[in-house]
Amino acid sequence: MRTLDRKLWRDLSRLWSQALAIALVQACGVATLVLAVGSFQSLLETRTAYYERYRFAEVFAQATRAPQQLTAQIGAIAGVATVEARIVQPVLLDIAGMREPATGQVLSLPDHRQPVLNRLFMRQGRTPQPGRSDEVIVNESFAQAHGFQLGARFSAIMNGSKRELQIVGIALSPEFVYALGPGDLVPDARRFGLIWMSESALAGLYDLEGAFNDLSLRLLRGANQTAVIEQLDQLIAPYGGAGAHARDEHPSHAFLDSELEQLRAMSRVIPPIFLLVSAFLVNIVLSRLVALEREQIGLLKAVGYGRWEVTSHYLKLIAMIALLGVLIGAAVGTWLGQGLTRLYADFFHFPFLLFQRDPLVYLLAVGVSLLAAFAGGAGALASVLNLPPAVAMRPPAPPIYRRWISGRLAAVRALSQLTIMGFRHLLRWPLRSFLTALGASFAVALLVLAIFSFDSIDYMIEVSFDRAERQDATLHFFQEAPPAAAQALAQLPGVLQLEPARTMAARLRHGHRSRLIAIQGRPAGADLGRLLDLDHQPLRLPETGLAISEHVAKLLALRRGDLVQVEFLEGQRRVVETPVTEVFQSYFGLVVAMDQAALDQLAGGGPRIDSARVLIDDAQLDALYQRIKNLPVIGTVALQRLAVAQFRATIRENIAMSVAIYVSFSVIIAFGIVYNSARIQLSLHGRELASLRVLGFQVGEVARVLMTELGLIVLLAQPLGWLLGYGFAWGMLKGFESDLYRIPLVVAPSTFAIASIVVLSASAVSALIVLRRLGRLDLIAVLKTRE
Amino acid sequence: MTDRAQPVFVARGVTKVYRSGEVEVHALRGVDATLYEGELAVILGPSGGGKSTLLNILGGLDSPTAGHVRFRDHQLSGATERELTRFRRDHVGFVFQFYNLIPSLTARENVALVTEISADPMAPEEALAMVDLDHRLDHFPAQLSGGEQQRVAIARAIAKRPEVLLCDEPTGALDSKTGIKVLEALTAVNEQLGTTTAIITHNVEIRRIAHRVLHVADGVIARLEVNPTRVKASEISW
Repeated sequence: MRTLDRKLWRDLSRLWSQALAIALVQACGVATLVLAVGSFQSLLETRTAYYERYRFAEVFAQATRAPQQLTAQIGAIAGVATVEARIVQPVLLDIAGMREPATGQVLSLPDHRQPVLNRLFMRQGRTPQPGRSDEVIVNESFAQAHGFQLGARFSAIMNGSKRELQIVGIALSPEFVYALGPGDLVPDARRFGLIWMSESALAGLYDLEGAFNDLSLRLLRGANQTAVIEQLDQLIAPYGGAGAHARDEHPSHAFLDSELEQLRAMSRVIPPIFLLVSAFLVNIVLSRLVALEREQIGLLKAVGYGRWEVTSHYLKLIAMIALLGVLIGAAVGTWLGQGLTRLYADFFHFPFLLFQRDPLVYLLAVGVSLLAAFAGGAGALASVLNLPPAVAMRPPAPPIYRRWISGRLAAVRALSQLTIMGFRHLLRWPLRSFLTALGASFAVALLVLAIFSFDSIDYMIEVSFDRAERQDATLHFFQEAPPAAAQALAQLPGVLQLEPARTMAARLRHGHRSRLIAIQGRPAGADLGRLLDLDHQPLRLPETGLAISEHVAKLLALRRGDLVQVEFLEGQRRVVETPVTEVFQSYFGLVVAMDQAALDQLAGGGPRIDSARVLIDDAQLDALYQRIKNLPVIGTVALQRLAVAQFRATIRENIAMSVAIYVSFSVIIAFGIVYNSARIQLSLHGRELASLRVLGFQVGEVARVLMTELGLIVLLAQPLGWLLGYGFAWGMLKGFESDLYRIPLVVAPSTFAIASIVVLSASAVSALIVLRRLGRLDLIAVLKTRE
Repeated sequence: MTDRAQPVFVARGVTKVYRSGEVEVHALRGVDATLYEGELAVILGPSGGGKSTLLNILGGLDSPTAGHVRFRDHQLSGATERELTRFRRDHVGFVFQFYNLIPSLTARENVALVTEISADPMAPEEALAMVDLDHRLDHFPAQLSGGEQQRVAIARAIAKRPEVLLCDEPTGALDSKTGIKVLEALTAVNEQLGTTTAIITHNVEIRRIAHRVLHVADGVIARLEVNPTRVKASEISW
């Protein structure tokens, strides 16, 4: 080993604690990068492979009843590769031992062949025998949630009559990676099941022999999707076609997309923060090291080492630190990534998992870490490069302190000289002080970013379900019914209040923009299903025209007073124009509401209802559930209170892991910043501090000089961190905004407080570690050797 | 030394002006000086007189503002940074007042630092033996006394067999007894290896070991003095 490299190793082992503090900050950045990019790629690859192997469709459409022969015409549309027609019906389930009714979706499986699209991955068992209406396959999570084995039985209300079904197979489907039940916010496998049955059997149960009501298509490579959808809509319109849509509006696919988007956002936002902080740490540590080794640098140049040779010595030092960071970060990131991907595999339902460990990610990590370290060290490296040896051998001029804080001010005179020293140190290097505070503020910001989601989601739930949609449950009829049908529901045990509703599929057009959206008819003066204005105050539904949510307004570029073309996709399929009469706040989905009477009039065909919001007396819940399970008119039930509880539980579980990670990361940042700053201050002012000790000051008194400076910096970091954290949170939510949900930005004061408490504690601990060194200052040696 | 010896360094009209803020400091004001092959010259003068500046310019650590400096047939004035580095690496050994050892390297390694980049060095152990430190090879600077540290610095300077040895106040930080040991090492090198040696000092006593004495004051060579009665380092004291 070359002697200079030996010096490198010895320097590193001497600076180990500071080097490690920097490396850990870098490691956080690398870990997040590897974690996010690795999981993103794993999830994407897994999804792509799953979709390909099990032939997930690309275009989807529903109808009420279309003849089988139509599939030939659909297959002839230019660009269509494969057509699969089937029957899909909502069902209400009655499961032994389960208090509330569950809902499900029953789908047909072709007799005597595999489906060509949306194939099942069979976990266990076999496919139902053709024509057997008592044999079914169920999805795995549903079976697991109920402890169902092959051979288990449960009941379902199918087309008005209750039937007992036996499980002969357990499967996974690419269509239901994320299986969301009606009215649910997150999947609840206990209350929502998927059931596959022989096509001929299902057709018999629903009087759909020779017909279908659900279509899946795969397209040829390079096909014009929009054109295909348009032609498909024309072909199925006469049969109750409710508008075809592509994958991006498929619920399971869209949720996976939003998850992938979050990972992508994470990989872009978080690592730069750490790299920035580590660059800053490299900057302060290397600058100080170079200042301390000024004479050594001069000597190396004097004895004939070239300026680049000497510079590369320091370059190697920071490269070693960066590489240490990459090593730790890559290991932790890979480990966390595997954990996260496994978590995904559990949460989403994939039959297999493709772990992607792209060497490029690791190369990228090495690249950006080195870049950050070199950028941080650039200033110090330049001074190594340019330091003339003759100048280097002379001691540097003492720093000039300004009288920023005048001793003539009475307030200042009240401070002790030690506190003034601390202040002057702080102000002598204002940029460094500010950057240190900025670095520490990232720790605060990261914590705010980690915790605020609880506040925002709580607020979103409160607004959406305590103030807007206040029902306990929504009962959906199996078929549209006359308004009088509501009376029967009102008689059910425990129903305290009932609001009938009607939902109509429609295509809304404004200019060149168009969107498939269900229009919800609500009774005038609705008290359960309320609309809220933009300030979250209850809103009276206008008597005519459409009330649209803010997000729909944005999507279709609509404002109050604009005319919208409404193409109803059911009933008389009218195409009409109506004005937007109200814009309201909604955080979930795409919501368009209308006065029910006005909707009936606009759609034609007389007044109809298809569902009802109900308020339930808890004391009679069991009786109500029991009645619903045996009520043929009910198609599905959305139990809102349970859905919200499940949502909270799922979110809490998901956020808990990231909160734990973020808390450790921000503690690492706080520690890295404060520890290194304190060490550098100690090194810069060691002589002064030792002189104070010689003059008779106690360790505690001398510590005040350091504590004043550090304390002010860390305090300044708090408001800065709150501000940054609020900004990060805003950016993150903007990135997550989708048609599925928009999360309002709400940060509770307690979140800021928690963030600050964590960072202040971490700072205090790291400062104390350094302060212990004050007691060990070698008083004699410091005074004897020259600076 | 005799007048017939070849000149090693020739400086003519060397001027050095430092600018610090709005103040101009004239460190050298047209110095003419020559150092001859194999001689031991003492550059004597008060602090701030320009001695170190002159030595730095001769050693290629600094460049003159005006004037010419030649080392044998190398023109040092106007040379590039790269050429000066090459010059220092190949021809010059330095000894400084505060030793300037690398604290994280042992005595042997501090010497090896230089031998590794030299064309025809002696072994670090050999160089340390010449300054009587062969028993302290693996000690770090902090484990050595001031005089020992300075002798390591001398070993480091001579290990590459330089043609010239430039010493800036080599005894400045040492007590008289230790300083003399250091001077003994320097004269021994000068005699045994024939290395042209220049010693900067403000200590008048040291001029007695020199072949020639250059008196520097206020940025000029005030006087040249040939010493007809050289004494051994061990015979002087202060």
